[in-house]
Amino acid sequence: MKESLNRVKIIVVKEFRHLFRDVRMLAVLTFFPVFLLLMFGYAVNFDVDKVPIGVYDNDKSELSRDLRSALTASGYFYESVQINSDEEIFAVINSNKAKCVIVLHENFSKDYYRGGEASLQYIINGTDGNSAGIIQNYLTSFTAGYSNRLRSEMLEANGLTEYIPVDFRPIFWYNPELKSTKFLIPGLMAMILIMICVITVALSIVREKERGTIEQLDVSPVLSYELLIGKTIPYILLSFLSGIFILLAGFVLFSVEVKGSYTLLFISTILFISASTSLGIFVSVISDTQQVAFSIATFASMLPAVLLSGFIFPLESTPAAVQVLSFITPAKYYIITLRAIILRGAGISAFWEQLLLLIAYTSLFLILADLVTKRKAMKQ
Amino acid sequence: MPDNINAIEVLNLTKRFGNFVSVDDISFSVVRGSIFGFLGANGAGKSTTIKMLTGLLNPTSGDAVVAGYSIKKNPEKVKSSIGYMSQKFSLYNDLTVKENITFFGRVYGLDEKSLQRRMLDAVKIAHLEGNEDRLTGSLPGGIKQRLALATAVLHNPGIVFLDEPTSGVDPIARRGFWDLIHELSDKGITIFVTTHYLEEAEYCHNIILLDAGKIIAQGSPKSLKADYLKFPILSIETDNLISAMQVLGADLNVKDISVFGNAVHLITSMKENNESYFSELLQSNSVLVRHIKSVEPTLEDVFIYLLEHKN
Repeated sequence: MKESLNRVKIIVVKEFRHLFRDVRMLAVLTFFPVFLLLMFGYAVNFDVDKVPIGVYDNDKSELSRDLRSALTASGYFYESVQINSDEEIFAVINSNKAKCVIVLHENFSKDYYRGGEASLQYIINGTDGNSAGIIQNYLTSFTAGYSNRLRSEMLEANGLTEYIPVDFRPIFWYNPELKSTKFLIPGLMAMILIMICVITVALSIVREKERGTIEQLDVSPVLSYELLIGKTIPYILLSFLSGIFILLAGFVLFSVEVKGSYTLLFISTILFISASTSLGIFVSVISDTQQVAFSIATFASMLPAVLLSGFIFPLESTPAAVQVLSFITPAKYYIITLRAIILRGAGISAFWEQLLLLIAYTSLFLILADLVTKRKAMKQ
Repeated sequence: MPDNINAIEVLNLTKRFGNFVSVDDISFSVVRGSIFGFLGANGAGKSTTIKMLTGLLNPTSGDAVVAGYSIKKNPEKVKSSIGYMSQKFSLYNDLTVKENITFFGRVYGLDEKSLQRRMLDAVKIAHLEGNEDRLTGSLPGGIKQRLALATAVLHNPGIVFLDEPTSGVDPIARRGFWDLIHELSDKGITIFVTTHYLEEAEYCHNIILLDAGKIIAQGSPKSLKADYLKFPILSIETDNLISAMQVLGADLNVKDISVFGNAVHLITSMKENNESYFSELLQSNSVLVRHIKSVEPTLEDVFIYLLEHKN
């Protein structure tokens, strides 16, 4: 036992030597998470605000000016261009100078003062369905609110007070400003960790296969499990550092705080890294060259972690088949757990099934790797 | 290790993969401190045998005692008592000479004191004094090979297995490498070596020739030549190899002919005056003879003869 531990230690030391000598790899491993974090934090933003709006104001009355200033006062919209003819609407929308055009016809204020029923038109560019939907929602609630304000002003002018039969007051919990960054950080952490784990572990093992050094270790007193443990520990530590780094950056740059228990966060991260590592070991078993290992590892870790984990797209809204498919990535279980711990501060009762799934996943891939190894040894 | 003059004893060793018999019931022994050459074409079963003897592969039947331990019952014990060097260069290119030696020394459980001592030896063997901090990948091929061998014997194993150790090394470095093998053998280390180069087999004390999983010849290079080639061999250089082969092949006094570089090697049953006989035979068939002489048989002659007459 003592000898076994000692051999693991010797391999860990050797593996760190490889890591520190491979400056390029080290640079990639350090900057890749930073890059992804900045990209997803700042560039990939699903929030809709500061929407450029085109104004086609045929009325040019006090009322129309009031409505326009109320619209831009919310901060979600700004007037990007003034339109003077129907044809210009096409030009403005096509050239993307405005995502939406507000059309106020010439009788807008006249209709309002005459009978109290004025209409206006919004033309929204529906190419990006997601943003178009959000813009529509903003506009609907803005118009309703503005309309209510006019009505109470009118009632007041006539000496009446208004009451609201059903008062609608939504409150958003856990992410009150509805910032997508908060939602993305846990997923980002899962994606970065799984990529680092799977790719580095697979590459480091296959490198020994490719160069023939593993043969030398096979005939040495080193047992294969000692070799595996020794070779994966440095990358597990590295992933862990990355995880801490992402959390820190998430806090400093995007004020994402960990609401729940750090112990639970630690345990679930260990389980997730184990699952990813076992996937990496499996990849190393089925590939014979570093090139193949890298392609399979990238494909097997990144794609499902982005598309099938609920990282960006909520799984509930995907077809049933895709939901079944989503079980192939451990990122799914980890993201559910992370969101519960980081955003909601939930206890273990909210996600214990996910932790069990992570353990099952780890065991499954280790067993598969073992089976494939034995089959390969038979064929030789 | 029990007091036995044999470092390796192989008894009825067999390995089957499905229906394919890779190693077919072979038995032999290797005297301690000797250099043992294990020869055969690709697919003859050399690698499979080495894998079994080094504890990497379980035999289907039969057993072998290596360094005093059964490869069936005690493969891990076997592993820690032997050294191994594969045909692929098996050190880490991105580690320095010192780091490689330290790593393998520790893997074999050397304590710090003996590691330091053995490191000096190894560096000396590889002619790398003063270059301990060089990256192994930057060393020339011959030096790398010496370092790999020095690393394989760091833990003072009684036996070292060398699987095609000189493939891809230039001839001069190869010569030096064999001197090193002899030095180790003089120190009492048993060397079990496979090689493609038949001229290298001449350096071995004992040889086994393997074909299709079976031993077809064994003995010292000298006894192999004496046992299997009892007839004189002539080396003939002509201006036309193909016609010469045709003319000679039709002659009843010729037992065997083969091409040997730019000459024809001919085994003949004629013991007397054979040079003048064949010289005249070729001239009369208008093949110009540049040079004809009796030669000592080489192992290559023996093996070609054996492989052609194995049935």
